[in-house]
Amino acid sequence: MPSASQTIPIFPRPAGMMLRPLPLAPLSAALSMLARRVVTRHPGLLRRLGAHDRARFLIDPTDLPLVLCLEPRGGQVRVTAHRQAPRADVRIAGPLAALLGLVHGAYDGDALFFSRDLVIEGDTAAALALRNAIDDAELDLAEELTALPPVLAGALRRAIALAERRTGVALTRVAEGPAW
Amino acid sequence: MVMETVCPAGTPAALRAAVEAGAHSIYCGFADETNARNFPGLNFSREEMAAGVAFAHARGAKVLVAINTYPRAGAAPLWHRAVADAEASGADAVILADPGLLAHAAEHHPGLRRHLSVQAAAANADVINFYADSFGVKRVVLPRVLSVPEIAAINAETDVETEVFVFGGLCVMAEGRCSLSSYATGLSPNMHGVCSPASHVDYAEEGGELAARLGGYTIHRVGKGEPAPYPTLCKGCFTSQGATGHVFEDPVSLNAEQLIPQLAKAGVTALKIEGRQRSRAYVAQVVRNFRAAVDALAAGRPMPEGMLARLSEGQAGTTGAYRKTWR
Repeated sequence: MPSASQTIPIFPRPAGMMLRPLPLAPLSAALSMLARRVVTRHPGLLRRLGAHDRARFLIDPTDLPLVLCLEPRGGQVRVTAHRQAPRADVRIAGPLAALLGLVHGAYDGDALFFSRDLVIEGDTAAALALRNAIDDAELDLAEELTALPPVLAGALRRAIALAERRTGVALTRVAEGPAW
Repeated sequence: MVMETVCPAGTPAALRAAVEAGAHSIYCGFADETNARNFPGLNFSREEMAAGVAFAHARGAKVLVAINTYPRAGAAPLWHRAVADAEASGADAVILADPGLLAHAAEHHPGLRRHLSVQAAAANADVINFYADSFGVKRVVLPRVLSVPEIAAINAETDVETEVFVFGGLCVMAEGRCSLSSYATGLSPNMHGVCSPASHVDYAEEGGELAARLGGYTIHRVGKGEPAPYPTLCKGCFTSQGATGHVFEDPVSLNAEQLIPQLAKAGVTALKIEGRQRSRAYVAQVVRNFRAAVDALAAGRPMPEGMLARLSEGQAGTTGAYRKTWR
């Protein structure tokens, strides 16, 4: 596991600027589809969220010109992309690499919080439930992309490959272990 | 003989990570108030516990189930079921604190090994021997307030195995009896399993500072770039008699990896790593580090240099009471 802030890459500003004109509606649709796929394949996610599965999570990659609103809605998951932060129950903010590293088990959430690379504001219990649910699910977002329609999956794969090259962040799950 | 590493798992994924990283034993709990890490999104269902035990056993590791809170009057069946379900899952031991629950386990589950939780705050040989004689306790997890010579003195006067914390969150209170968090939140670490529950924690960026609150009380304010602490009352920054500082204890984590040879000489059987609330990434790294350390000790090699500071609260470590005299 990489140690925290010295090694957390920041998404390059010019690359971030290139994302600015990205149309939000298709991006939201693709991300919602991906999220629904993830929840279907990992039902433990919703179970671990428990009472927080109705919360609105604002995911704020601080080095990107957009934010994401994640709403589990008891299984009818929706993800929407925004240029301005909408109202939410909790805001989880940090560099894109840190957020993806959390999902992929490359970073420890508490260590990122101690080092101030990760900021939590609002409903701390909801943030904790989401963190623990995702950590247990052992997600690999690149693998989940296979569920999307080929055109979308291809576009997202290219975007991820670009991000991986530019930022150096591991965009696939680390520390593989045998599953039950 | 290699000292036993007893490693935390808050989720099945963390359990697998601990086993793969070389843990000899993993401790974990059910997803309810029967264990002292009853946090959102954490812990094991009955099915997950049975699968976790099977996974660990298949790889030569043990699973110890923490049922280490104190049953509330009238609600004891929840705790009794947890002990029965731990046994049914094939667990190697249960970690208990409450004398009533220990008596219940000894009477109804005599074949299930019983460890005494740190929540029992058993800090001398007399009380440890009492738990052994009365309830057949085979191992005690010692409180984090003892020096190495004090641990050696205890081991000289008891046949009960001792397990000591070597890494992670540092609690210096009389564990199992501390009510600081209860005063601020109305929820008890000892009966609900939540110290500084997340439901009562609030972080806010205010004027360039990070304010951390528990139950509405501001526990810390730290400037930009300073390490962020948990808002636990015992590690809060307070003004008292004109002086401002950490009145009870500094917001740092225990790291006793360099003391492992001394702990072995003091007769300690097992080394415990705190952190069931931490990620599988943390578990894997810390377990790997401590397994290398105990293997080095058994082989007569020097202790490897640690690289765990950044994982620690306050990003700073202490050897705690093992080398310290209290102010």
